[in-house]
Amino acid sequence: MLRMENISKTFNPGTPDAKVALDGLSVHIRKGDFVSIIGANGAGKSTLFNAICGSFFVDQGSIFLDGENITMKPEHKRARQIGRLFQDPMRGSAPDMSIEENLALAAGRGGWLSRVNAADRKAFRDRLALLGLGLEDRMRHPVGLLSGGQRQALTLLMATYSRPKLLLLDEHTAALDPGTAEKVIDLTCRMISEDGLTCLMVTHNMQSALDLGNRTLMMHQGRIILDVSGEERKGLTVEDLTERFRQLSGAKLNNDRMLLR
Amino acid sequence: MSLDKMAALGQTALELGLINGLTVLALFLSYSMLNVCDLSTDGCFTFGAVVGTLTALAGYPWLSIPAAMLAGMVSGFVTATLQMRMGVQSLLAGIVVNTALYSVNMAMSGNKATMNMNKTTTVFSMAKDLLRGTPLAGQSTLMVALAAVILVVVFLCFFLRTRLGLAIRATGSNADMVRSSSINPAFTTTVGLCVSNAMTALSGCLMAQQQKNYDVNMGSGMVTVALASLLIGGVFFGKHRSIPLRAFGAVLGAFLFRLIYALALRMNMPAFMLKAVSSVIVVIAISGPYLKKQAPLMLRRWKTGREGGLR
Repeated sequence: MLRMENISKTFNPGTPDAKVALDGLSVHIRKGDFVSIIGANGAGKSTLFNAICGSFFVDQGSIFLDGENITMKPEHKRARQIGRLFQDPMRGSAPDMSIEENLALAAGRGGWLSRVNAADRKAFRDRLALLGLGLEDRMRHPVGLLSGGQRQALTLLMATYSRPKLLLLDEHTAALDPGTAEKVIDLTCRMISEDGLTCLMVTHNMQSALDLGNRTLMMHQGRIILDVSGEERKGLTVEDLTERFRQLSGAKLNNDRMLLR
Repeated sequence: MSLDKMAALGQTALELGLINGLTVLALFLSYSMLNVCDLSTDGCFTFGAVVGTLTALAGYPWLSIPAAMLAGMVSGFVTATLQMRMGVQSLLAGIVVNTALYSVNMAMSGNKATMNMNKTTTVFSMAKDLLRGTPLAGQSTLMVALAAVILVVVFLCFFLRTRLGLAIRATGSNADMVRSSSINPAFTTTVGLCVSNAMTALSGCLMAQQQKNYDVNMGSGMVTVALASLLIGGVFFGKHRSIPLRAFGAVLGAFLFRLIYALALRMNMPAFMLKAVSSVIVVIAISGPYLKKQAPLMLRRWKTGREGGLR
């Protein structure tokens, strides 16, 4: 499904600030995988997502999505196949436009001069109703008036609207209060299982990294140092994970955020 | 001031306000929707005027309108290409194009700074002939300007609801989101600037023909005047209103600006003050809300300082 072969990225190469963000990373994500990714700050988790999305081009290595080499494909062309959610709920939708208009753009149907018609509106309503937030009755409201949780839920809907091949979640609940975060996580899991999406999720919550999905990757210094799935993963506890991290990275886990449970 | 004079003054303000309103609508698209401050507006206005004037002088008054709009599109395309595909900053791209357009305009007019259309058939003189004998005979200028504005407003209201129009609005609101909807923001910006500059050029074309005179400096300061009008309109129909209302507000702003200006002239304000007045309006409209937000803070800082509360 998603295959990355030996990809590397260095920021500010040739300067004292040079930072190797991805260091010859290779991984193969299978269709239908729901992968949680953990690692300390600066481990390269978001950089990995940026590389997959095409926010920059990798220095070397290749990225294949569903058999197609997308290494040099521009960001907006990859977006058709890749949905992405950021930590910041404001990043995924246009605040000055209504819920309906945002969805119309995300749905991306019809020609350039097509307009939202009654059938579209009905489809938007039905999808919005799935969120259970009452947004289906506020389709004409500007998105800027919604709360962070509502906006993130809407972004989730928008990102999955056209059934992308891959869904990337970059700590998408970290900026929400615990109750709302739980709700958004529930929604996420429901959409992933209903649509059978392949998904990568960065999280700092080690417990949910183990609870959600079928596979867990641990990153350190631009590499994947642990890749567990199946039976091996089932028995793992957060303590096991921190212990494995110490062994594999040769470093102490002194990052508070990573220790969040 | 007698009632007659006031009516005449209002009439002129309405005519000029409507013609200028086309430029304000252009900025409504580029500044309010696309979030690009298009500083090529001055040059583009004159560009439309020179193209329109030359076409009318050549004996094709109706053709002057599409010709001027096409010229505006080209200008907008260049501005957009500079900023979206050639790494020139947005503001600088506008300034560079604006500067170059001065030479282009002079070259097109054959190195003449002014051109006279007193005896030329223009869209306005044609409308006058057309309306002769009807009750609207005296209002031909107003009718042409009104027709142009209505057509442009109707077009904008339709356009901004299409998928392309939504994408243009989203580009100004959140470019990241446009990219994640598989749309290239460079494309939407280019289309937006082409359309807005076509409107600016149309405005210049009509202005020259209405004045029966082309002047290479007729566009200077236009971006500030139009911005002032747009912001005045925004006072009545602000950000949270519907698109048609906001477009109407833009035109209303252009009319009010012209009316205030005409009244000020009546009170013996010298004509050269127009640009200073428009600058002040823009500054007040933009920094007013900012200062209002800052005022309590400044007051607190001042009080703290006076009480020696700093240490």
